[in-house]
Amino acid sequence: MAEAYTRRSALQHFGLTAAAAKSDVAGAEIVIGESAHRAIVNIRGNSSDAAFIAAVKSVTGVDLPVKPNTTAQSGAFRVLWLGPAEWWVVTTGGTEEKLVADLRQAFAGQHAAVVDVSESRTVITISGASARDVLARGCSLDLHPRAFGPGQCAQTGLTKANILLDQTDATPSFDIYVLKSFGDYLWQWFWLIGRDYKFAIKAQ
Amino acid sequence: MLLISCPHCGPRDEHEFAYGHEAHIARPTLDQQNTMSDAEWADYLFMRKNPKGVHFERWVHARGCRQWFNVARHTVTHEIIKVYPMGEPAPKLEQK
Amino acid sequence: MSAQKNRVATGGRIDRSKPIRFTFDGKTYYGYEGDSLASALLANGVTLVGRSFKYHRPRGIISAGPEEPNALIEVGTGARREPNTRAPQIELYDGLVTASQNRWPSLDFDLGAVNSVMSRFLPSGFYYKTFKWPKDGWLFYEKFIRRMAGLGTGSQETDPDRYDKLYAHCDVMVVGAGPAGLAAALAAGRAGARVVLVDEQSELGGSLLSERERTIDGKPAAEWVATASAELASMPEVRVLTRTTAFAYLDANMLSCVERLTDHIGPSATGPRQRLWRIRAKEVILAAGSIERPLVYSDNDRPGCMLASAARTYVNRYGATPGQRVVIMTNNDTAYQTALDLTAAGVSVAAIVDLRANPTGALAQAARAKGIEIIENSAIIHVKGTKQVREVDVQSLTSDGKGVTGSVRHLYCDTVLSSGGWQPTVHLHSQTRAKVVWDDGIQAFVPGPIMPGQNNRSVGSARGAFGLNEALNEGHNAGAEAAAKFGFSNVTGNAPSAEAEPESQPLRSLWIVPSNVPVGQGGKHFVDYQNDVTAADVQLAHREGYVSVEHLKRYTTMGMATDQGKTSNVNALAIMAGLKNVSIPEVGTTTFRPPYTPVTFGVFAGSDKGDFLDPIRKTPIHQWHAEHGAPFECVGQWHRAWYYPKAGEDMHAAVNREVKATRDSVGIVDASTLGKIDIQGPDAAWFLNMVYTNAWTKLEPGKCRYGFMCGEDGMVFDDGVTSRISENHFHMTTTTGGAPRVMSWLEEWHQCEWPDKKVYFTSVTEQWAVFALNGPNSRKVLEKVVADIDLSEEAFPFMTWRDCTVAGVKARIYRISFTGELSYEVNIPPSYALHVWRALMTAGEEFSITPYGTEALHVLRAEKGFVIVGQETDGTMTPQDLGFEWIIGKAKPDFIGRRSHLRSDTKRPDRKHLVGLLTENPNDVLAEGAQVVEHVKDKPPMTMIGHVTSSYYSPNAGRSIAMAVIKNGRNRMGQTVYLPYEGKVIAAKISKPTFLEDGAPANG
Ligand SMILES: [Zn+2]
Repeated sequence: MAEAYTRRSALQHFGLTAAAAKSDVAGAEIVIGESAHRAIVNIRGNSSDAAFIAAVKSVTGVDLPVKPNTTAQSGAFRVLWLGPAEWWVVTTGGTEEKLVADLRQAFAGQHAAVVDVSESRTVITISGASARDVLARGCSLDLHPRAFGPGQCAQTGLTKANILLDQTDATPSFDIYVLKSFGDYLWQWFWLIGRDYKFAIKAQ
Repeated sequence: MLLISCPHCGPRDEHEFAYGHEAHIARPTLDQQNTMSDAEWADYLFMRKNPKGVHFERWVHARGCRQWFNVARHTVTHEIIKVYPMGEPAPKLEQK
Repeated sequence: MSAQKNRVATGGRIDRSKPIRFTFDGKTYYGYEGDSLASALLANGVTLVGRSFKYHRPRGIISAGPEEPNALIEVGTGARREPNTRAPQIELYDGLVTASQNRWPSLDFDLGAVNSVMSRFLPSGFYYKTFKWPKDGWLFYEKFIRRMAGLGTGSQETDPDRYDKLYAHCDVMVVGAGPAGLAAALAAGRAGARVVLVDEQSELGGSLLSERERTIDGKPAAEWVATASAELASMPEVRVLTRTTAFAYLDANMLSCVERLTDHIGPSATGPRQRLWRIRAKEVILAAGSIERPLVYSDNDRPGCMLASAARTYVNRYGATPGQRVVIMTNNDTAYQTALDLTAAGVSVAAIVDLRANPTGALAQAARAKGIEIIENSAIIHVKGTKQVREVDVQSLTSDGKGVTGSVRHLYCDTVLSSGGWQPTVHLHSQTRAKVVWDDGIQAFVPGPIMPGQNNRSVGSARGAFGLNEALNEGHNAGAEAAAKFGFSNVTGNAPSAEAEPESQPLRSLWIVPSNVPVGQGGKHFVDYQNDVTAADVQLAHREGYVSVEHLKRYTTMGMATDQGKTSNVNALAIMAGLKNVSIPEVGTTTFRPPYTPVTFGVFAGSDKGDFLDPIRKTPIHQWHAEHGAPFECVGQWHRAWYYPKAGEDMHAAVNREVKATRDSVGIVDASTLGKIDIQGPDAAWFLNMVYTNAWTKLEPGKCRYGFMCGEDGMVFDDGVTSRISENHFHMTTTTGGAPRVMSWLEEWHQCEWPDKKVYFTSVTEQWAVFALNGPNSRKVLEKVVADIDLSEEAFPFMTWRDCTVAGVKARIYRISFTGELSYEVNIPPSYALHVWRALMTAGEEFSITPYGTEALHVLRAEKGFVIVGQETDGTMTPQDLGFEWIIGKAKPDFIGRRSHLRSDTKRPDRKHLVGLLTENPNDVLAEGAQVVEHVKDKPPMTMIGHVTSSYYSPNAGRSIAMAVIKNGRNRMGQTVYLPYEGKVIAAKISKPTFLEDGAPANG
């Protein structure tokens, strides 16, 4: 899509870039930010069909994560388990059209579906020593390292929004995928909860 | 708050789920629909069990994997005795 | 600083170097750091702290814990005033303001005390019996009664504090940090399990904090507690929460706990005031201790009457004595320890009155050795003194214990302590709906078998094992076993051990301590202090035929106040059992329900208030709407622009302008909230045939079709336009509010009924922002920003869609209309939404393009007779009722709702039909929801034949318009009906539900 046009992220109106410039990331207990415009493509198919798994691998290089609530990564492609026949392929923003086309081609002849959902979500990133503590204010999942860690993801609720939670490293850092319409609400909720912590905003 | 074991995601809090209704109510086939009385159709539509004891019901992991499944739940103790996939018949359970 | 006359010179856990100033009923006092309000008041010699609920009797402090029934205090001022807090649980802080309650005008002189004089006429059920007549009398009496009988009053102002909520998880949760709980947490923690230990007190230790000379592992109890606390604090997987009450045991081992973060600091504190913990444990160890029962004796409520164990806590832990000269009455050995501890603190113990004959237990021997007089086989028959105990009368018991005999002894004293045995704190166990069972040995209820799915065990005195060594052992073993269950079996260290228990004798249950006059005729034998229920009230309930304990509770209100009968339930049950001459378990038990102690509403709300009460969903150009002055209408969780008032315009003027401009030239509306579902698969068309009432197989790719969805009951469930993208690919739209419902509807039918059908559904509601251009000039506007497709009628006809580029952005345009005008629904990626919206506004300038909100959208569609599901329908309307007979696929064998359309009831000719209503006065706008009648009467009831579903002023029709559902409406065209509403009757004529000429619904 033409770059000349103004593309806006879901949380842009909060002035995150300016806030990030003033933030002390090094001294923070939690660091939050928006990672906007990712390519997110929903794929559906039969995970017990070797052809389907091969098709996913041929396009993304990723071995399809068939274990519930896990993720798998290869290069720029990350595949997240959403359901027994549903995954997201997440990769660099701007490539979604090609990814959709490649996947459709790879799935030709199978009962599979490919839907671009990149534009429907934004990602709020949260990282830092107190990240689990903050999430526990609104998320009923057990995120203790013994129960949840990098390589795991979960669809759940965070306060009153539905999210997909993806732990990206052991810091811990999490990617929170949320429908854009809930972005404002969730961002302000973090703002509300975050006041009891030293928190910083990270530039994208 | 109940703890429900999604057959895919494992135990999650009740707020992630939505209750559907009594399980194992088969939709009448077209032939059956065309021959059954209004009263019989109304029975299919509206009449549900409300036992004091084990109830077979279906739930969906609405905030999770969005999959439907069946649950055998005790309506007095709230114990979830069994979770089993859609399409599987109701398990034979010893009444507690 | 005023002298604290009942303060012991040394000892206790208070810091005498840190005095703290507080006020009670306006008078200033000093206590010390570590004091509770109750201990500080006692130290200052304040024994009168409240008036009772019904009789307004003067009352003092009974207990030293959460069971306190009497000393209910208002804490704080202004917006922070909180009633009914328990004095033993209020920690002192500098500037603490407290007040007694339930008295007027003052605690010392209370007008309501006349109730006490009149008490003969205020028995149980008095209110029910007296104020039953006349029929509406209660409404009159209630406000007077409420003022006289009641507890404290809360603040009417907004709560200025904030509250916090969070979830936690652990392997082992331990409730109570007394000896059993500490031993359990240590064992589980050492093994490496994730442990949460909660205790309601400000520090760990529980009953050990009240011990004077006991030792554990060779150390004084307090020192052992300090070592254990330090060890727990050093374990990374152990979380210790003090000032935290586990108040509810919910399903599957979830415990709700409230942590009081700043209540001990006061209003100067920062941060959340309280925090709600929702802790999901794999195993719960209940080590909540036990509560002493008072004896039920004559005038046992006089200020100065107290539990024996409470006095021990006050003197040992707080260095405060309840009085100077004490008489103790007991039915068991534990009260002797109180006597020894009081004596050690220099308090004079006038005598121990033991209900038992020949007390020879180790503690009794020790008391004798200290020279304390023991009056055996005797009872206190009178307590003298109204605002303070002055004297007691003691007499020997008859052999059956039901009467007294012999000479009366008078003992001067200012304090009467009693011990009627101990009741394990089984509340959380009972909250799981598990039973409690009667233990004859300790004359108390103990936990019965646990409920399936609720993995818990009670240990120590919470299960009736009152010895210190038992508690330590059971706690340790429970902690170790629970941890091992979850793979943490490497427990280090042995159970802590204490010296052997002093040898003791069994207790003697005398549930009513007799006096020399029959119960009910002399003094009052209080059973439930807080609700002013006496033994005589229980007898009355029995005489009046109340047989069940649940009836007893409701009739006498026994156990129903804020203390939930913690000190009274067992006594009441036992008295009832005695009257019925059955065993206590035969009378029944009361079920304990959450909360264990009262919980503020604020902590349940947490931060979920104001804008966070319910999420606000915003469209991609929400900011633009706000900047252009639009108020927002809530549609589900969405906030949609309602209208865009220009300077000086009210809503009516703005909406009229928007509606007219759209019909005359062009309007634009943000319809991004519309539900959208991507449907793919070879069975997609088959599926649409099943969920919609009309036929979909023959719809060609590139085309759109409108459809109704019905429930299996045949009633309209949702509507929308679905477009065929390719052979096996459809794009469905739903109503804004119905989007999630339709999505789960499709999934449910697919997964549960037709799992073999090859189709996938994906919600794409937010993948597309939608701007609908409507009006005769909409094509001209679009032509300025669309270069790559032909927008002419021939090339891009109604009910088709095209992919194209709008203002440089990839878009999909649907030629569908909700206004009856030429219309284009432009779908674009939300990140470009503002750019495209602005481009359309700029392109539309020369046509005076007018943004319109949801109100104009409603008027525009109503002018042309388009229905809104959820407005014209309410779950009882079929498509046929709405006049959409044509949309029912007659040739289709099956679809959801079909069979129901054949039911005799849905085929009735006189069902309610959708019609229009034209008021006689064209300026009268009917109220939505107003009832329609044929014949007006002076007042209701009137026969209602329908109601108004939508009503607006239509600037294009130049009059008001309304839609209504009316019985047999389609056969009543032209009939005049009436709408009585708010004192006025409006006449209207039934018409077709379309209001503009050339107004046939454009449904393709
Ligand atoms: Zn699931």
